[in-house]
Amino acid sequence: MSAAADAWRLSAASVAEAVRSRALDPVDAAASGWDGPARRWERDVHAVAHSDPAARHSAARDARTDGPLAGVPVLVKDNLCTTDYPTTCGSRILAGWHAPYEATVVRRLREAGGVVVGKANMDEFAMGSSTEFSCYGPTRNPWDLDRVPGGSSGGSAAAVAYGLVPLALGSDTGGSVRQPAAFCGVYGLKPTYGRLSRYGLVAFGSSLDQVGLFARHAGDVAMLYAALAGPDPFDATSRPGPAPDVSPWDAGVAGLRFGWPANLWEKGVDAPIVAGLERSAAALERAGATRVPLEFRPGDAGVAAYYLVATAEASSNLARFDGVRYGRRAAGATDVFDLYTRTRSEGFGPEVRRRILLGTYALSSGYYDAYYLKAQRARTRIRREFAAAFGRCDLLLLPTAPTLPFRLGEKVDDPLAMYLSDVFTIGANLAGLPGLSVPAGLSPEGLPVGVQLLAPEDGEPALLRAARAIEVDGDAARLPRGHEREVAWPGSR
Amino acid sequence: MAIDDAEVRRIAALARLEIADEDLHHVAVQLSAVLEFAATLNALDLEGCEPTTFAPAGEPLRADAPDGRTLGAEDVLAGAPEVRDGCFVVPIIVENVNP
Repeated sequence: MSAAADAWRLSAASVAEAVRSRALDPVDAAASGWDGPARRWERDVHAVAHSDPAARHSAARDARTDGPLAGVPVLVKDNLCTTDYPTTCGSRILAGWHAPYEATVVRRLREAGGVVVGKANMDEFAMGSSTEFSCYGPTRNPWDLDRVPGGSSGGSAAAVAYGLVPLALGSDTGGSVRQPAAFCGVYGLKPTYGRLSRYGLVAFGSSLDQVGLFARHAGDVAMLYAALAGPDPFDATSRPGPAPDVSPWDAGVAGLRFGWPANLWEKGVDAPIVAGLERSAAALERAGATRVPLEFRPGDAGVAAYYLVATAEASSNLARFDGVRYGRRAAGATDVFDLYTRTRSEGFGPEVRRRILLGTYALSSGYYDAYYLKAQRARTRIRREFAAAFGRCDLLLLPTAPTLPFRLGEKVDDPLAMYLSDVFTIGANLAGLPGLSVPAGLSPEGLPVGVQLLAPEDGEPALLRAARAIEVDGDAARLPRGHEREVAWPGSR
Repeated sequence: MAIDDAEVRRIAALARLEIADEDLHHVAVQLSAVLEFAATLNALDLEGCEPTTFAPAGEPLRADAPDGRTLGAEDVLAGAPEVRDGCFVVPIIVENVNP
């Protein structure tokens, strides 16, 4: 097997370095994942919603070969606008729709040399925690095909996990990057609200949505973040001023204090995840960090507040899909209201319809104060609880999800059970904080275990330093069954 | 239950969604389970908690002014399901005007 054919095994940093030094052609780098692991995995895993060999070839051929992401293949979630592939949000209502412009993060990705190789499968409009609610059918977990990859960015996570691409973009409204990262054994970063532009991200819950990043190495997360983060005049919610410098991601954790809210996993958290937390904490301590035991209880109130705020915002944001301006239109409408109702009823799947109904109810006359306003007040309380915790520590270490990857179909008809799988991730969205899911080894049955690090606003550098300490100590960058460990590019560091 | 079948029908009409009669009760049961769970908020002490409508609070937004960049009408219309003479086509909204 040639070195170019093995390029899919490399970290993104190694691919970029090999491309910059002309040891690797971006066309070969892009082809490697498709000719190698995808042949074995993609038909079963189904991580990709849209891709095309000719488009991949021309994108790689035209890629900048001097940028920080030179020639690195990247899969982009299907809710980020791209001009070369359809943007459908995994929904029938947007079938075949091509955006007339590109998302800022996609534009910056290309300017840095990244190669968009396709669009990732996802829960419809990012509503779901399992990637079972896509009009293209479910994505499966490459570690166990009977299990879900998490969601809603399950296609992005699974593709990085099985080796199709070293990097992928997702979006995280309540954990949709971190939870699939944990389920698939990769890194998943949800940045501070406003640090990555949302321009061109199809809106779900605007006060919660963030573009997120997937990689198999902590350093690759830092590299991608550095290329994409920063103010964007096209996004009114973009934070002014430069994004934090994540280049010291390998600077160690000496003196860092990490909060250890063990009350969160006293019950209802799978034992292998608790073991993963202990391993990660021990790794941080060995690297010089200090464990700070503390009580932290955002818990159920957070889930309740989240599902009222997110659905209320979704019901408003998704009002624009009415069969007039984008995508699909139902046939046979007798008047304009009939057109709206038929188009939306035919075009939206069950989970999206459910959330629109919930949000419409929470915003409707007579219920606004009881539900939506109360949820917004609870959000303030949750922000204060985080602020109090971060008065005592620099980071929090906690589970990403309460369970290991669950089986397909297990929660598909029980919305509340599905929603509760977000219990540890939604706090960061409600408070606008950055969070990173870090691989922490495997369970006894061979399933990935993920742990989560949370930080105050703009705490991405500390998150990455801690993730690196856990990575160096553990065996994080494993690929699923049958894969060999990643190899270094000949001649590269 | 937090909401009944008739309430689901009312909300669906507001949301421009059609729920088949045979599905109404199932939807009412599912939505009720979530709304009853949401009632856990009632147990929270929210004294002194003003609503957070946006995170992070207090960040200034950029000026809401045109940036000079525009999309051409052709580009915008290209994604629409039905277009005629440079316009989106919808069913007749106003009838018998100036007959």
